[in-house]
Formats: sequence, structure tokens, C-alpha cells
Amino acid sequence: MNILWLQSGGCSGCTLSFMGLEEQDLLSWSNMLDLNWLWHPSLTENSAQETKTIVQKVLNNEISLDIFCLEGSVIMGPNGTGRFHMLSGFNMPAKELILQLSQKAGYVLAIGTCAAYGGITAAGNNLVEATGLQYDQNQFGSLLPKHFRSAMQLPVINISGCPVHPAWVAETIGLIALNQFTESSMDSVGRPLFYANKLVHHGCSRNEYYEYKASAQKPSDLGCMMENMGCVGTIAHADCNERGWHGNSSCTKGGYACIDCTSPDFGRVKHAYQSTPKIGNIPVGLPTDMPKAWFIALSTLSKSATPKRIKENAVQDHIVISPEIKQTKR
Amino acid sequence: MSRMIVGPFNRVEGDLEITLDFDGDKVRQAEVNATLFRGFESMLEGRKASDVLIFAPRICGICSVSQSVAAATALSQIYGVTPTENGQKAINLMLANENAADLLTHFYLFFMPDFAREVYQDQPWFSEVKLRFKAMRGRSVSGALQARTTWLKMMGILAGRWPHTLAIQPGGSSRAIVDSETLQLTLLARQFRQFLEQQMLGSSLERFLGCQTEAEFLAWQSNTTSSDFGLFCEVARALELSQLGCSPGQLMSYGNYPDMEGGRTFASGIFDKGGRKILNPNLITEDTHYAHYQGSDILSPWADNVAPELDKAQAYSWCKAPRLDGNVMEVGALARQVMTQQPLINDLMARYGSNVYTRIVARVVELATIVTLVESWLETGFTKESAFCQSATTVACSKGMGLIEAARGGLGHWIELEGDQIKNFQVIAPTTWNFSPKDSRNVSGALEQALVGARKLPNEQTPVSVQHIVRSFDPCMVCTVH
Repeated sequence: MNILWLQSGGCSGCTLSFMGLEEQDLLSWSNMLDLNWLWHPSLTENSAQETKTIVQKVLNNEISLDIFCLEGSVIMGPNGTGRFHMLSGFNMPAKELILQLSQKAGYVLAIGTCAAYGGITAAGNNLVEATGLQYDQNQFGSLLPKHFRSAMQLPVINISGCPVHPAWVAETIGLIALNQFTESSMDSVGRPLFYANKLVHHGCSRNEYYEYKASAQKPSDLGCMMENMGCVGTIAHADCNERGWHGNSSCTKGGYACIDCTSPDFGRVKHAYQSTPKIGNIPVGLPTDMPKAWFIALSTLSKSATPKRIKENAVQDHIVISPEIKQTKR
Repeated sequence: MSRMIVGPFNRVEGDLEITLDFDGDKVRQAEVNATLFRGFESMLEGRKASDVLIFAPRICGICSVSQSVAAATALSQIYGVTPTENGQKAINLMLANENAADLLTHFYLFFMPDFAREVYQDQPWFSEVKLRFKAMRGRSVSGALQARTTWLKMMGILAGRWPHTLAIQPGGSSRAIVDSETLQLTLLARQFRQFLEQQMLGSSLERFLGCQTEAEFLAWQSNTTSSDFGLFCEVARALELSQLGCSPGQLMSYGNYPDMEGGRTFASGIFDKGGRKILNPNLITEDTHYAHYQGSDILSPWADNVAPELDKAQAYSWCKAPRLDGNVMEVGALARQVMTQQPLINDLMARYGSNVYTRIVARVVELATIVTLVESWLETGFTKESAFCQSATTVACSKGMGLIEAARGGLGHWIELEGDQIKNFQVIAPTTWNFSPKDSRNVSGALEQALVGARKLPNEQTPVSVQHIVRSFDPCMVCTVH
């Protein structure tokens, strides 16, 4: 399969993450799937004129393009001209080439939250008018219109994440290469279901603290980070804690909040990220599919029943009280 | 005279375009253009100070931890806290891990594949270089990717994930490390050492780092010809890379890896023909004369929040031109190792100055050094008494400046608050220094000067010499403009 990967308004972090594929090194994986990289900004040899020739051949239908990946958001500014990112050597706004290549490709993949929804690049005043490929935040239709379908009759596949987990990209491309990726493989905002129908909360190692609402108060505390530290793992769609990063780790294992970096709204949230917005004493970002009154009732109950061990360990950076050892009568 | 516009560059982070004017086959003048503007500095205006830790790492996915460290350092001044001893050590380990991963990636994935191009097919070393370094196929590239992935498992333990961690805080690290994890880190460092010794260097790190002079280094090379770096040394001699891409060699380093005594393991300072001098960060300015921003002023980073102006007549890059006391500075591993007086790099710098060869050797020397540093930090381990992080909640001062070294060179963040909200956030990244455009006195940036004299071969549309020079700086264009 021919694959071409372009970068625009992003940080290269998704490429750098992807290069850390763990199951196999990236090159061996790529050879195993028989991928032919027409261009990748960090991996392939060709530069400048060589690259322009390849791109021209794709646009002239001399080379077929099976998979087109965009990393980074589409820069539309100023005033829709796209001139905040003129593609080097091409003398054209990057958004023009992104559009043309999308129209040639069998599958179009948005790699990372910027390419999918605009992401961090579209944050704040969004001076550069950054958007995702087919979404602007959670609104369907942007550079590519709502009705856009790639040659294989799919909308843009949004492998969101800031950055993406290397295996999210590898498994999506793998499923495509085996002809097993269909529209039913995606959720309602275009993300592959194999990782987006999970929550970061699933498999979180702080589950016992969550159950008793024993909360961390400062960075490095062991407790649950939902009440005070801004953690939204209970509503964030991703399998980070089940799958693990770099072996067996994750943001919550790293001692900091899940900030829902796979969400269409990532970067557009107005409140400060590292503390939990509350109304009265109650966090606003409660689990989406649970009645709020139930949640509050259960929390109050479990808080009143928190064992001393959990309460004290929650505000330490290491375990100070070990679980009791059960002694069966002999 | 002829003109050539070169771009896009592969194996360079982000988008880069270079305009070359030739006299015959030699570059007479070069203009370097960073073509992407994202507006990071203004997107933070009005946000809570702590949000810098979310946004700053996302300026750059390759020196993401360095961005976090620069931001957290600035915030530690704002909140009036210092990282705890354990926290500082954990942060240094993360920074060292990222820098070493970068140095490795640059050598194997970004720099060496150019010598496997067909233009060199008549060279005696070509078949071996092609076997090892051919882009997407090289045997050594595959091995290096495996070594990198294993090395980055340290980030899993220390930082949760990489890139874009939130573990780095003004008061230390959010991830406390227990003894068994120190052991895991130690074993990962040993695995990485093994790769470097067996595959990259063909000698122990100590024997390599024991070379104090060029003569000792040449003797070392004669015993390690079968290693990946040994092969580079052979190529470097054959192609006289020490004569390629010579820059003025005015070097600057902020110093790296803070210790608890207020010093840094790699020394800070500047180096020019007059020798080593103390660095005064108050003399740093940015010049926007040839950059796409309003005005043509020379501004301190504290007052540098200028708006973009796309159609400014003389502008040719989104990169501003940073200067130290009006002077062009070059940053990177060479600058760090010269400032910290690494014996071999001192000797090579005195003989050859800054060029493609010395930049690469300095990187590999630093890579080996970092692994020995990481090992020594892990050997003393973490103290039982000190916490990993202290709270930072009350604003004590409205301004903070964080200066740190990413793999590519000095990185600075300047943050000013109004109340508890960000009023001004400014970044000067390593490649902003190295790939700066001309300033208002028409003095070209370090790469622009290094490209002068580069030759193109007959019929070359993208001169390979230009590519070697560009990549010898390990540029990161996304950082550069941000």
C-alpha cells in the first residue's frame, strides 16, 4: 500500500510518539504490512525536488495513494487564505495540497487531535484559524465538508490524542491494510472504536481511591485526582490505562490528571486544566452516563466509609499504611 | 548568478525552505525561511499561569520535556518555590532521557541516511553505509529505533508518557519513584549503554570518553571501524566534513541539569574568539526586521509580543532574529560541550571550529556522557526524607524566566502575569538562534553563514552538501516559530 504523511499546524509529537511503536520497531512493522512510504517528513530519504515530483505524480494519478495521513491542524488563516503555512518548496498554502491529496486518497487519516479537530493549535484566540480536517472542534464539516468521503467511501478517520499512542496509528493502518476497517469501526466523531469505546478510567491504578473519594491535594499525591486535580479520566475516551504507554504507564500513573486529549474539545476548554471546576463542593465534570444525584449520594456514602489507610495514603507520595494481611484461623 | 529555492526538507522537524544564490557552483548567499506560524505566544494570553504546563510542551513534540522544564522553571520563580531534591533529580532524568533520545534519533534517522544517497555510490564505504543507514530500510536504523523505544520506557516510569507529560511541576515531579523503580531505571540505562557500546561506538563509553585529543580520538577510531559511529568517522575523513558548513563559531549554552547547589552539570556561558565568558541573559533581544511581524524593532523578550504582518516588504521568515548583545549565537551540543570544557571537543573546536564534523562528534560525545550521568544519578538514587513535589499555588512574583538546554540547544521561556493570568508569554527556541534570518544590521544567522561557500554538483537540484549542513544543526522548525 502506498502511504503519504504530511505535517501542517502541529508539533511533530505524533510522529515522535509513533516512532516509539513497541510491538515491533516501526520499520519492521512497516515492512511486515508491505507499506510503501511515498513520503514521511521524518523517515523517508527524499527532499525538495524529489518530494515535489512524487506529489505531482500522485496528483496526476500516476501513483495511487492508498492512505493519506495528515498530522497537525489545517491552517486556514489569515482570512481563509491559509498563508500562515505556505508549504515550503511548493509556493502554495498547505491547506490546498491537503485538500488535493485528500481527494486522491483511498483512506484519509487525521493523526492526532490537531488534525482531527483543531486541537491545541486552535486554542485561545486561534489567530491562525486552525481547524481539523473534517471537524472544527466538535462541528462536522471544515476544510473537508460534511459529505466528504475518501475513495474507499469513508469520512476522515480521526486518530485523536495529544499525542497519539503509537499503537492507535499502527492498528488503524493495520486494519486498513487487511481491509478490515469500515465505517462501523468508528465512533460518532470519527475515532477508531478499538480505543475510543473505552474510558481512561478503565484500569486506572487509583481505582481504590476513586471508590472512596480519597482525593489527591497536590501533584505527586497518590489519591484520586478527580475531585481536586482536574482529572477527567471518567469521561475521556481512550484505552490509556488498559493498553499502557511505554510498557505499562499512563498519565494517571505519572501522577497527573487525564485532561481528555482525545476529545474534540481539547485545547478549547476555558477553565484552568490542573484544577477541578466545581459548583459548591461538587465537581462539574461528573461521569456522563450516570445520574448526578446518584453519583453524589454514592460519593457521600463512600467518603464517610473511607478506611484510614486509604485516606492517609491519598495525600502522600508513597504508601505510608500498608493493607492489612488477612490471617486465617489455624 | 543563479537562484535555487530548496524545500521541503525531510528528516528535519517541521517545514523549512531555503533560498540559495549561487556564484557558479558555490553558494554566495542563503536566506532561511521557517514557513509555519501557529501563534502559541498569544494563545496563552488571559489563561491561568499553571496552564503553561499544558500548552508549552505542545510547542514541540521532540523537545516536549525541555519545553516543560523551561516553563516549570519560569513558574517556580513566579510561585516562589524550588523543586525538591528528589523532584529535581527526577526532572533531570527526564531531561537527560529526552536529550539522549533526540541525539540518537538525529544520528540514525535524520543525519546519516543522506550518505546512503546514490550520489555517493562510487565511494568505497557506500555499500556498508547503505546497508546500515538507508532511510526506511537500514539495519542500524531498525536497531536504533528499538534502542530508542526501550530507552523511552524510562519516561513511562518517570513521566507517565512522552511526549507531552504533566509530571514536571514548579515544585518538583508528580511521580514519586520507589526503590524497585530505581532498579528498573538502572537496568534500562544499562540496556541503552549496551546498544551504544556494541552497535554505535564499538568500545566502552569510558574508552570513548577517555579520548582527550584528536590524536587519541584517531587512534580510538582505528580500533572501532566496524561500529556505526566509526563508519561516520571514515565518511567524515573521506568527504572532509570538517571543511563543510563552517559557521562563525560564536557559541552559547544556558547550561544543563541543575544541581541542588545552584550550579549546572553542564556549564553555562558563551564562547568566541576571545575565549569563554559569562552569559548575561538580560542582553538577549529579538530583531524582527526581516521577520513577518509588525515593526522592525529590537526588543527584549519581556516586551516582544508583536503581531504578525504577512505582507511586510523585506520579511522572508516567520523566525525572529535572536541576538546576544547584538551578536549571532550558535547553540547545541557543540556549544554545551565546549562550555563545559569536554577535552576532546575543546581540542576539535580549537583545530576546526564549528562545522558539520565537530557538530556531529559533539553530539555523540554528549550522548555517551549523558548515559554515564544518568547512571551516576541513579546510583545515588532518591533520598527517603525528601518529597518529590511541593505545592505551588500562590503567586509571589509577576515574572519568571526559564533557561534550559534542549538537545538542539538553549531554550528560553519568559512569562509575565497580570494578577494570576498570563499577560505575556515568549519563547526563544534553539533553532530560532541557529536558523535566524538576517537582523536589521543585515547580519545573517548561523546557518545562513554556514551555507556560504557550499557547492552544488553538476545537475543537482537539491545539493546534498546543503542537506548535510542543514541537518548538522538538527533543526526543529516547529519550535523555531511556535
